[in-house]
Amino acid sequence: MDSALIPRGVKRCPFPQFILFVAIVGAVLLWGVYAMLLCWFKGLNQTNMNDAYGFALWIWADLAVIAVGGGAFFTGLLRYIFGKDDLKNIINYAVLIGFICYSSALLILAIDIGQPLRGWFIFWHANVHSMLTEVAFCLSCYFGVLTIEYIPLILENRQIDRVPFFHHLGHNMHETMAVFAATGAFLSFFHQGSLGGVAGVLFGRPFAFREGILIWPWTFFLFTWSAAACGPCFTILITKITETVTRKKLVKDSAIELLAKISGWMLLTYSIAKTADTWYWATVTAPSMGQTLMDFYSNNPLYGIWILILEIAICGFVPAFILITKKGRKNSLALWIAITLATIGVCINRWVMVLQVMAVPVLTFESWFMYFPSWQEIATTILPVAYGVILIAISYRYLPVFPNEPELNPMETLPAQETEKEEAVEPSVDLEQELKPAEA
Amino acid sequence: MKHKKAKKYGMVIDLDKCTGCGSCMVACMAENNVPFRKDESNKLLSITWMRVYKLTNGKPFPNTDICYLPRPCMHCEGQHEGHSPCVTVCPAIATDYNIETGIVSQIYTRCFGCRYCMASCPYHARYFNWWDPVWPDGMEKYLSPNVSPRMRGVVEKCSFCFHKYQLAKEKAFMKGRRELKEDEYQTACTQACPADAITFGDLNNPNHAVYRMAKPDPKHHGRPTNPHAFRLLERLGTNPKVYYLSSREWVRRAGDNYLENESIAKKPAHHE
Repeated sequence: MDSALIPRGVKRCPFPQFILFVAIVGAVLLWGVYAMLLCWFKGLNQTNMNDAYGFALWIWADLAVIAVGGGAFFTGLLRYIFGKDDLKNIINYAVLIGFICYSSALLILAIDIGQPLRGWFIFWHANVHSMLTEVAFCLSCYFGVLTIEYIPLILENRQIDRVPFFHHLGHNMHETMAVFAATGAFLSFFHQGSLGGVAGVLFGRPFAFREGILIWPWTFFLFTWSAAACGPCFTILITKITETVTRKKLVKDSAIELLAKISGWMLLTYSIAKTADTWYWATVTAPSMGQTLMDFYSNNPLYGIWILILEIAICGFVPAFILITKKGRKNSLALWIAITLATIGVCINRWVMVLQVMAVPVLTFESWFMYFPSWQEIATTILPVAYGVILIAISYRYLPVFPNEPELNPMETLPAQETEKEEAVEPSVDLEQELKPAEA
Repeated sequence: MKHKKAKKYGMVIDLDKCTGCGSCMVACMAENNVPFRKDESNKLLSITWMRVYKLTNGKPFPNTDICYLPRPCMHCEGQHEGHSPCVTVCPAIATDYNIETGIVSQIYTRCFGCRYCMASCPYHARYFNWWDPVWPDGMEKYLSPNVSPRMRGVVEKCSFCFHKYQLAKEKAFMKGRRELKEDEYQTACTQACPADAITFGDLNNPNHAVYRMAKPDPKHHGRPTNPHAFRLLERLGTNPKVYYLSSREWVRRAGDNYLENESIAKKPAHHE
């Protein structure tokens, strides 16, 4: 039914099966949209946030998707600036995942603010001293960059590519992509960092506060570092999940292993830096404010020292050691474990830096604040996931997201009927300009 | 023309005098059109610009002792003027530090409800309007015309009754004066306290009672030199303008976090 839109040389599931899949995920998406509309029309009283939990599930989701979406900027940096050519096989998918993550982050922010119609105030009345201002500017700009990086892939759709203007536009955008990759890396450094700064500058909250260099707390650098380390792991994880669902090999092992190796070293160095930061904070910063490490991890039903061990040791050092060893990278199960742990680790870090910050009592006569999100908060947090799944499904079906796919999954014979039909409607496009596997 | 030193309005609350009657809370709500709901049992959703906490020394009878601690916004100055925890983080300059008075303001029509200021405030002095205000029938006639009610989705907090400062300034101006007398600008909670536990005035003016009571040390960001005076969470370096007095050591110790066996002796702020 939609065979004319499907890239050449690849096989896709029957159209009804695809529609059924999109419809099921679409139902989840609609549930999220309903919750979103409730929040917009009835207000944030639909949530379980309160005056102790001004920041809650959504801000965590925001920070988490941006962290795992860091695979886009870091893979782009490696591919275009450091010339790691092998990564051309995964860069499209990294960009697509990044695009989904960042558009989701913007959507979550739009739901999260109390007066959504005033959202533009953050740009118009910008306070240059606020980390959140930096986040808003860099996030929006980088989303623009990701859109620019995603457009050439859309233009490579078989039917769109037939229009000479779009064909040449896509080609020329590919040519200049290094500029956007560099811009993206620059912007990402600052918005990933400023998201870390959001917590790190809170000098009224000893659990979050960190010293640093000039105006930047250590969390600024740690957030960028962790996003660069764990973002690519998430890209690999989603690639592996896609391969499992489609039952196809989509990306060459060399690309996966190279990205995994770089991620591993980034994760190892990050984990060392994070350990040093935690050590200094626990022994110098917090005691100077009259608090000990265990003040932050006791007398409450959830936040024990286990969360620190889980974040740094189990989800930091363990996946790092797996990924830096050739044996670990080549072992499918070990790779799965490593990339999953790394993704969980960065999400725990963001959780801790948002929700545990709110939970820890600072006034001596207050106690821990606990919180559980309302269904509206959960639904609106799942909404971007459903949106992401649908966008991936559509992109995978109609765009040449994986340039290696035809080579890795050779088709035995093309259905003769289909070929004939295509030739009948084929306009006069120069053969040299025929669709090639996407490179960016 | 002689340069006049800027004001630094602040408060001294004598905890030995406070009976916990809550008059300050009621006066504050009435004066500032603070909204309320039918069910106010969940205090994490209640808006109380002035909130009275009940502290206990945790000892069994007969050594039990309690203390009531009224907590308005601390109008923090930070380590340098205007570096309040909340002011610096607001992305849209919807909260501002007034260098003429030292009062931290909240601009309701500018606030877009990101709640970063709430996350930054260790005193929980900032409140979000989770609902639009609904006044019982006829009560809207009793609202103060000098304070704008707030809409759903914005943050609000104690303003040290800033509208009263503006009215006092206007009155003084009509009488040909630029300077306010000590009693001309007083907050609603100060005036309502039946035990005279709350004193309000200019911490920069040695003639004002607040200055004499707290004895702020300008070399150490206004840290009180009165041995019975303390500020909440002094060690964080927020530099609040609300001082507390208590003759009881356990109360003074409850004002800040200390390591086990650490003395209550004046500790510098962590980045002082």
